[in-house]
Amino acid sequence: MIELAGIGKTFRGRTDVVALTGIDLTVAAGEFVTFIGPSGCGKSTLLRVVADLTDPTAGTVTVNGKTARQARLDQDYGIAFQQSGLMDWRTVARNVELPLELRGWDRRRRRDRALELLELVGLAEFAGSRPAELSGGMQQRVAIARALATDPKLLLMDEPFGALDEMTRERLQAELTRIARESGTTVAFVTHSIPEAVYLSDRVVVMSARPGRIAAVVDVGLGERTDDTREAPEFFARVTEVREALRGRTVVRAEER
Amino acid sequence: MTGVAAEPGPAAVLVGDRPAAPRARATLARAGWLVASLLVVCALWEAYKLVGPADGGSVLGARLLPRSDDASMPHVWQVLERFGRPESAAGDSSSVLVAVLEAVWFTFRVAMAGLLLGVLVGIGLGVLMDRFTVAERGLLPYVVLSQTVPLVALAPLVVGWGGRLQIGDVTWRPWMSVAVIAGYLAFFPVAVGTLRGLRSPAAHSVELMRSFNASWRQSLLRLKLPASVPYLVPALRLAAASAVVGAIVAEISTGIRGGIGRLVIEYSREATSDPAKVWTAFTGAALLGLVVAGLVSLLDGALARYRPAGGQA
Amino acid sequence: MNTRAARIGLPVLAGVLFLLGWELLVVANDIKPYLLPKPSAIWAQLTRNIDDILTTSARTGTNALVGLVVGAVAGILAALVASRFRVVDSLLVPLAAAVNAMPIIALAPIFNTMFSTTSAVPRRLVVTLVVFFPLFVNALRGLRQVEPIHRELLDSYAAGGWTFARKVRVPGALPFVFTGLRLAASLAVIAAVVAEYFGGLQNGLGTRITSAASNTAYPRAWAYVAAACALGLVFYLAATALERLATPWRTSR
Repeated sequence: MIELAGIGKTFRGRTDVVALTGIDLTVAAGEFVTFIGPSGCGKSTLLRVVADLTDPTAGTVTVNGKTARQARLDQDYGIAFQQSGLMDWRTVARNVELPLELRGWDRRRRRDRALELLELVGLAEFAGSRPAELSGGMQQRVAIARALATDPKLLLMDEPFGALDEMTRERLQAELTRIARESGTTVAFVTHSIPEAVYLSDRVVVMSARPGRIAAVVDVGLGERTDDTREAPEFFARVTEVREALRGRTVVRAEER
Repeated sequence: MTGVAAEPGPAAVLVGDRPAAPRARATLARAGWLVASLLVVCALWEAYKLVGPADGGSVLGARLLPRSDDASMPHVWQVLERFGRPESAAGDSSSVLVAVLEAVWFTFRVAMAGLLLGVLVGIGLGVLMDRFTVAERGLLPYVVLSQTVPLVALAPLVVGWGGRLQIGDVTWRPWMSVAVIAGYLAFFPVAVGTLRGLRSPAAHSVELMRSFNASWRQSLLRLKLPASVPYLVPALRLAAASAVVGAIVAEISTGIRGGIGRLVIEYSREATSDPAKVWTAFTGAALLGLVVAGLVSLLDGALARYRPAGGQA
Repeated sequence: MNTRAARIGLPVLAGVLFLLGWELLVVANDIKPYLLPKPSAIWAQLTRNIDDILTTSARTGTNALVGLVVGAVAGILAALVASRFRVVDSLLVPLAAAVNAMPIIALAPIFNTMFSTTSAVPRRLVVTLVVFFPLFVNALRGLRQVEPIHRELLDSYAAGGWTFARKVRVPGALPFVFTGLRLAASLAVIAAVVAEYFGGLQNGLGTRITSAASNTAYPRAWAYVAAACALGLVFYLAATALERLATPWRTSR
């Protein structure tokens, strides 16, 4: 679904800043991949490169078998950011409808689709509300519904739960894994929370800063997520593994070797 | 994008010495563009004189086009040249330039007196409303209301005070009426700006002062007043412009002599025989506005350290 | 309940006390009308001249309205152009700042000579100019103030410039435009009244105030001032109502 080959990104300025260098990665269709790393490791930049919101200064990006630009023009992905980015002047439902509106869907059809999605994120009763009347967690759920509106094969998420409290966060994580599993969507997810990365993903890509590069890739392999997953010993083992990778060390998996 | 850096505490308000050089360069560039835009305005003026109907004209049946003959719209250079010639035919009369500058100086002083009055009253009201909720509840609607209504219309009435009112040993002079009107126009933005500024410190800063057991005065002087500078400066800018307008309007309706507003009226009476003259007076009035605005900018520069880092208030 | 009562009650109380104090002050100190007439005397003049007050208010109000509409439309259009073309922006923004510092009102007598003195155009033109700049400045600020996240979002939808303007820039600028309009509505009435002080047609509120003042009919002058205040209030309230109607999301908080 995503193929990154030799991606580099340098911000030109009085002193050049190398945000990314030598990134090679392939994300398979239906896979949930999380990017984690310290501030300034370029993980958000990498996501923007995939989304074609910024151009890499080196390397090639292939998304869904096309260039990143073509994938954006074809609307092959949905995106959600750390801030919900809802528009104050639109109702909740009309915010979800926005991408459909731009695709030229007629009013009836997009209204139905928006309600369906709001149902999915548990906010159907707020369809007519203004974003300002919703809590931060609810706004973020609306943003996710908006990202899913066009039923994209690929979902790009840049710390979408970053500003939420822990309880809301865990609930949304569970919802997201369910949605991704049910729809078979590929997800590329940026976070700086280790448990979040482990809970959500099939693979965790650990990045290091200055210059931003991939330090390690951790296979999670925890199977279907339930409420018990967070308390399972394997979960903690993977959390430790990611943490050590972030510190620049590798852990030998006891049960495998 | 972490939330920590975005929270301006009291410390963040106090730092922010920005390098002076880029600011100066930006100011210079703006001045250059201003000159350019004024040249464009003059060019448009001359262009209209070329193509516009000499006797005025109608658009869709309404007489909307101004007359473009020299008596109605003098050439730009005629105005400039008029500055250099004597004010009247009388042998000993000084040049228009001197007359205009003298009038500007007169109005400048009156407007400044009014501005001072307005700023004092405005800050006083702002502090009062910040301190006492009752005062805010009772006064603020009227303070806001006073701006929505043309109380400048009072100008011709305040004029009646001249020479007839006696306060102690001081006889009320006509220029004082003018200053009162100017002050009246100036106080509002200052009052509202002060109130908003005094309320601007974050709750945690106020709580910090309380934890120090700081008195009301201490927290006003150390926290609230410094924090309100970013609100006061734009308020002052508005107040200064209003004071100038107030002084000019008041001069006209009071009929007191010596000021630039009066000069505009006097010269406009000669407009048919000497059309360039009234423009010299208006140029003087515009200059007065710019000078006063420039003074506020200087003050703004002097208070730069109170500006929040990286942002403009 | 309590706060609501206080919010309405306190200003009313303050107003009543103010009028009462005014009346008592004038009566007790035997203050002459040229200094300050009694509120009761002003009220008497107001009721006696009500017909003329209404017709003159209508004339001045029309001037203010025409100038307001023309100036607002021009200001918004100019802001749209300036947000699109860098040169226009660079030219108009410093000019707007400079003109804001100038007493535009003083152009009134000059416009009187450029048009005929029996025309209402000069004062409408003054109002237009006075209104133009606050609307231009506010609308431009609104048009420029685009949240980066909305930019990225619409980029991710591969939306073009026109779509971006329609879906994000213009709706986002509306609150700013209406703030400008609210300011300008008051300014328009003030300018329309004051422009009449500079000569020209003798048919509006401003000219009635000056002529009453010069005839030493001070209570009558104050009555016309009160009418001018009422007119200003009507404009302000209308602009506020329009603002609520057009930007419902801002009041629903």
